[in-house]
Amino acid sequence: MDLRQELEALQRAAEQAIAGAGTPDALEAVRIGLLGRKEGRLTEIMRGLGKLPADERPAAGAAANRSKECITALLDARASVLAGGGAAVARVDLSMPGRRRWRGARHPVTLVVDEICAVLAGLGFTRARGPEAETDWYNFTALNTPLDHPAADMHDTFYLAPGVLPRRHTAPVQMRVTQQIQPPIRIVAPGTVYRRDPFDASHAPAFEQLEGLAVDEGIGFVDLKATLTEFARQLFGSGTRVRFRPSFFPFTEPSAEMDVSCVLCGGGGCSACKQTGWMEIMGAGMVHPAVFTNAGYDPERYTGFAFGMGAARIAMILYGFPDIRLLYENDVRLLEQLVRP
Amino acid sequence: MNISYRWLQALLPGLNESPQRVADHLAMQGAPVDELVDLGGPLREVRIARVIERRQHPNADRLSLCRVDAGTGEELQVVCGAPNVRTGGVYPFIPVGGTLPGNVLIRKAKIRGYESQGMLCSARELGLGRDHEGILELHGDLPIGAAFTEAVQLDDYRLVVDVTPNRPDLLSHLGVAREIGAEAGIAPVLPAFPNQAEFPAPRLERGDAAGSASADGVSVRLEDTVLCPRYLGLVIRDVTIGPSPEWLAGRLRAIGQRPISNVVDATNYVLHELGQPLHAFDLDRLGSEVVVRKARPGEGLTTLDEAERVLGGRMLVIADAERPVALAGIMGGADTEVHPGTRNLLVECALFDPRSIRGTRRGLDLTTDASSRFERGVDATGMEQALRRVAVLIVTVAGGRVATAAADAGPGVSAPPPITLRQRRLTQVLGAEIPLADASRLLQPLGFRVEAADDQSLRVLVPGHRWQDVRAEIDLVEEVARRHGYDSFPAGLGGFRPTAVPDDPLMQLEDRLRSVMVGLGLLEARTAAFAPEAEGDVALLRPLSAAESRLRRALVPGLLHRVEFNFTRGSRHIRLFELGTAFAPGQTPPAETRRLALALTGARTPPHWSGPAESLDLWDLKGLLEEVASELGLRLEPGEPAAPWLEPAAAFRLVDGAGQVSGWGGKVRAAAIDAPPWAEPVFAAELLLESLPDRSRSSFRELPAFPASERDLSLLVPDVLDAADVIGTVTGAAGPLLEQVEPFDLYRGTGIPAGTRSLALRLRFRAGERTLTDAEVDGVVARVLKRLRESHGIERRG
Repeated sequence: MDLRQELEALQRAAEQAIAGAGTPDALEAVRIGLLGRKEGRLTEIMRGLGKLPADERPAAGAAANRSKECITALLDARASVLAGGGAAVARVDLSMPGRRRWRGARHPVTLVVDEICAVLAGLGFTRARGPEAETDWYNFTALNTPLDHPAADMHDTFYLAPGVLPRRHTAPVQMRVTQQIQPPIRIVAPGTVYRRDPFDASHAPAFEQLEGLAVDEGIGFVDLKATLTEFARQLFGSGTRVRFRPSFFPFTEPSAEMDVSCVLCGGGGCSACKQTGWMEIMGAGMVHPAVFTNAGYDPERYTGFAFGMGAARIAMILYGFPDIRLLYENDVRLLEQLVRP
Repeated sequence: MNISYRWLQALLPGLNESPQRVADHLAMQGAPVDELVDLGGPLREVRIARVIERRQHPNADRLSLCRVDAGTGEELQVVCGAPNVRTGGVYPFIPVGGTLPGNVLIRKAKIRGYESQGMLCSARELGLGRDHEGILELHGDLPIGAAFTEAVQLDDYRLVVDVTPNRPDLLSHLGVAREIGAEAGIAPVLPAFPNQAEFPAPRLERGDAAGSASADGVSVRLEDTVLCPRYLGLVIRDVTIGPSPEWLAGRLRAIGQRPISNVVDATNYVLHELGQPLHAFDLDRLGSEVVVRKARPGEGLTTLDEAERVLGGRMLVIADAERPVALAGIMGGADTEVHPGTRNLLVECALFDPRSIRGTRRGLDLTTDASSRFERGVDATGMEQALRRVAVLIVTVAGGRVATAAADAGPGVSAPPPITLRQRRLTQVLGAEIPLADASRLLQPLGFRVEAADDQSLRVLVPGHRWQDVRAEIDLVEEVARRHGYDSFPAGLGGFRPTAVPDDPLMQLEDRLRSVMVGLGLLEARTAAFAPEAEGDVALLRPLSAAESRLRRALVPGLLHRVEFNFTRGSRHIRLFELGTAFAPGQTPPAETRRLALALTGARTPPHWSGPAESLDLWDLKGLLEEVASELGLRLEPGEPAAPWLEPAAAFRLVDGAGQVSGWGGKVRAAAIDAPPWAEPVFAAELLLESLPDRSRSSFRELPAFPASERDLSLLVPDVLDAADVIGTVTGAAGPLLEQVEPFDLYRGTGIPAGTRSLALRLRFRAGERTLTDAEVDGVVARVLKRLRESHGIERRG
């Protein structure tokens, strides 16, 4: 048996003996048996070190010292347990809750806006911004909506002064960007829009919308369908079915409404989708040539598509909010519910 | 627009698509059906019954006792509460055991001592109308005991169609029939009416270029042929006003209209069939002259709805020689209204300028079936057909003689030129090739006349009912795509060129700030930018309420309202932040700034068993602001509060490199927030995101190779002197060897003279290229102490 093995064996025996000592006297006997000046077993081993060859001596000495420290610590710990009567020493109850910090969270609308922008980023769209207070040229006229057109006859538009309004939709950002930059353009513009609708379960006088725009040579209605279908599958799940219905917006033609198979029932029909199996998600369409002309683009050269959707509405669908007002009360108990890693 | 399925079937002979299929098809063609109502289903148990005798209920003044024949072979006794029931009248009836719409069971009941064996029904009880005019009296030769829905043609479905503003043609049964017929391969026809009267169609008596015409003793004069391009006036004499036959009343009920009288119902019927609004005047109350002109200042008119209207100078009216008799294109007047004694009629079939009608409708806030069609645009080529159709219907249901000629005033509207549709353009916009031959096949069933212009384009003539919305090539592209079916286009994702627009840098900054805030444990709020007058400078013209009459000048006040809201919900630990826009007056449109605001109150950490949680204090806010400030490249300094909600002695300013103040924060004044007694202090801050912080990369710096020496100095500092000033003096006196100064203790009390405090500073010295000696460091410390003494009278403590 070499010295290392001898030390290990001694240490195992020591651990057992120390743990088994039930009284201070018994522990003292164990101590003398191990470290006693005359007959202690470790003392003997250390005495024998001097007989080793000089080149082995430092390593062996160090190992023996480590054993001694270890055994001494065990003896001290056991002594303190015995001295305290054993039971009085507190066991740490590790089942108690840890010390926490407050957790922050993004607003549910932000979560949805970020998610939508992230999906669109993957489809090549960058984010753009426009002012919230707009002129009616940007909000209506430039978007092929003459002010006396039935489509502009919106009781629900706020005004700040004649011709100046908190924007009714995010579509003016299309014009702001296209006036400045030549194609190719792929942007998504999230932002607040204003409607003269008092708060109720499904209306808010101010809410978040996202406007998308893609312009280049050679973009057709099939690209609109493909891009928005892919978008819907990434946002709502790969099994989502999509349908496009003709619709009307003054600034797009052909115009479409995109429905997705109901997020809750999967298309079988439920109260959330009014038994239709479909949910209306966004309006879209090919940019109207008049809008390109207003932007200074040649409508015979460039084509493109635009789309718009309400972030609060999608948040209600994805998170199951029954009432849009819950999103704007900012009850901290609700904001804390939606913490996402 | 309410559409009756049976009516559609009458216009499309052979239509066998189910109501649901019709609804689905309309949805996929751009006119979604909001509601599909089975009108007959809930009325299955309603029978036709005749009241043999009505007498007063012996025990109740307001009730009657009726003997009723419901075709069952035995007489039934029914107690009725409606005043209009009469002996001999025919009514809808539900026997005991039957149900009303809404599954209300009719039970045998004793009412004031007399048994009632069923129920005579009002239109409202049957779900056919809203009016409370008593029991629904039926007219014409109806079989007693027959099923009500069949007898009055209510075994029908109502389609509530959502029509977009560009498609006024769909505001009629004929228009909807064109869409359905195009798909089903059926050309719409106008069916003959039951017992249709036959007579030669009246001739149109064209007027002069100035806009005057006359026929059969009535002259029509148009003062403004832009606002009224054409006016047809037809006289019908010797009509008998009375109730409509049940087939006509039933049609109107099926689309939710209330039958009024045969003549009025006839005009209403043709409006809903063809989309052309019509009006019948009592000719004898009208006089012989009809003038279409603008209202004169001060003129008024009592309209059919009994409302007295004050007319403005831009409103178009129909007038006789003296006074207005109708609001053009919107509503007739009460004076010239058809009434039970009316004998002679002038039937108006006119065309009005959509803008003018819209202006008047808005001005008077009066929307009618006529106004909603005129302001979107009526088929200018369908007027003669509509006039003939209504003349036939009136004579069929009310008798009378139609004049041989109608006055036809005004130049009318000329047809737009044909539109060229190029194959190249069609393919470019759609991204898929639809051959022109197919396009032509898709367009023709909708009434477009199509011919080849050359081998690469079509020449398309637009029918009158689509002049409003099909004006250019792109409109035809949409028609082709719509008829082709959006679902028939492929949806495979192709390649695209990268965008030339960089991701918005301010949004990126907001992303980072949001991460910082969320990481520090704050919850993001989103509030509307509306504010009361005290909190905003930019006013809304027609606000929803006084509390929402302005756009906010700052975010914190709104956020504090959210804190108050959370207090009312019993929450005490509230940590909100918001990224939003504030508005300033002075420019048009008003100037906007994006801002970050935050508001905090409650405990610093969630409650924990290890000890009481301490309340958030000013130093928590300052630490938080320091983190934000470093993200934004701003500096924090104590300063004059720039916001009224801040407590002056506990406020900070955030300052940029140029000394410009970009934000402020601190403790919220008690008066600025409505807090319950148990609430802890509230802290808030607001930062302007006016300029993007410098995001250039910083370079690597060598880590120190030699050890530092530290010295602690406890200084007696007068209360009037800020620590920052002391540190400034220390830094200036110590020179380049001083690496860092950090306060590590602050003490007041025993042994410290009044008006001073003990501020302990830890000074760390280091040289870049050698180890400093004690003597060197002591020398610098001595210099520092000397400067402190000389500059501020500060002594080292004890």
